[in-house]
Amino acid sequence: MTEQATHQLNTRRLLCPLPVIRTQEKIRELQPGDILEVTCTDPGALHDIPAWCRVHGHTVLGSRQDDLDIIITIRVEE
Amino acid sequence: MLATKVIMDQGIHVEGINFFTGFCVEGHTHAIRKKDKEKQKRNNSLWVAEQLGIKLHIIDISEDYKDIVLNPKHGYGQNLNPCLDCKIFMVNQAKAWAFMEENGFDFIITGEVIGQRPKSQRLETMPIIARESGAEDRLLRPLCAKHLPPTVPEREGWVDREKLFDFHGRNRKPQMALANELGIDEYSQPAGGCCFLTDEHYSRKLADLWDARGERRYEVDDIMLLKVGRHIRPANNFKVIISREEGENNFLSGYKREFTTIKCLSHPGPLALVDGNPSDSDLELAARLVARYGKARSADKATLQIEPKGGEGFVIEVAPYPAEEIPEEWYV
Ligand code: SF4
Repeated sequence: MTEQATHQLNTRRLLCPLPVIRTQEKIRELQPGDILEVTCTDPGALHDIPAWCRVHGHTVLGSRQDDLDIIITIRVEE
Repeated sequence: MLATKVIMDQGIHVEGINFFTGFCVEGHTHAIRKKDKEKQKRNNSLWVAEQLGIKLHIIDISEDYKDIVLNPKHGYGQNLNPCLDCKIFMVNQAKAWAFMEENGFDFIITGEVIGQRPKSQRLETMPIIARESGAEDRLLRPLCAKHLPPTVPEREGWVDREKLFDFHGRNRKPQMALANELGIDEYSQPAGGCCFLTDEHYSRKLADLWDARGERRYEVDDIMLLKVGRHIRPANNFKVIISREEGENNFLSGYKREFTTIKCLSHPGPLALVDGNPSDSDLELAARLVARYGKARSADKATLQIEPKGGEGFVIEVAPYPAEEIPEEWYV
């Protein structure tokens, strides 16, 4: 991943749809071009956060697994 | 989904709102239980939004929703589901969101069909929802609008009433036919299966929680835990929540700080939480129950680790509770 995260969000232990809701709230505070890294533990988020990003036009730059953590990197768009 | 498509086809910009009450079936249970892991874990409303190509806003109303569950003005349905109050509240929240200046919407639509649900979707409840939510005649039900008086969007000519529908009753065939016509091939409409409050067993566990506490109140964590594990209440002052598989184990271990926990050391076995105010002898009984649900079940003795909430952990040796001796009424 070439782009460095500018913001972090921890949603560990939260179950879907809460990680999506927290992501939505966080992105509302951010500017286009910001890169947000969301850490979650519910595997459902791996599906739901990208789906939410697609319907809102944000770009998922990638996702990776680190032990029990799932980390999703998003670029905030207009 | 259908109602939205009907309105979108009239050239109107629509965005979706989905509410998280804490009792939603989707996501949680599927995420927790390993055996469900293989199942498609998609969030249904996000999936619908994607199919329609609209934005979807998911709003957390779990705190304010408590009052709806605890004090429904219009009462409960078959179980602890306060459907009518719930709909009024959701339309009210949708209204508050949609009519905010920054969002700037003109009216709200729902997919309600008269007669589709015996209690909450009747001809008589339609005006109640419109009135008590405060949405009044800015609430349009495209699928049954022709049975109802014209609303603002119809009167203003934003929406062509002639192109709306007159569906009623439980027969879904006309809706299926419309879905077909609109090119919606995978038509998803949950038949009341989206909320734990309609579930008899779940409602029983919630009622038990209130009984045991001597008051009707809950925290969001409480209602999450009711979705997980085996719940056994040997006495009013404590309940044991025993995980049934690895996914639940992981989920329950997230609550280690808030609850007393029990885990078998001598044999493989589940993690358990103890809710309430157990005495030392209660904890011993809880440990015997936990041992029964692990590989220690047929052993004479088992060693378990107890970590009391806020106290010093200790190890205890007990005889696993014989399965056939656990009284039926202990199972919540
Ligand atoms: S089933 Fe649940 S979410 Fe649906 S209206 Fe009833 S109480 Fe509300």
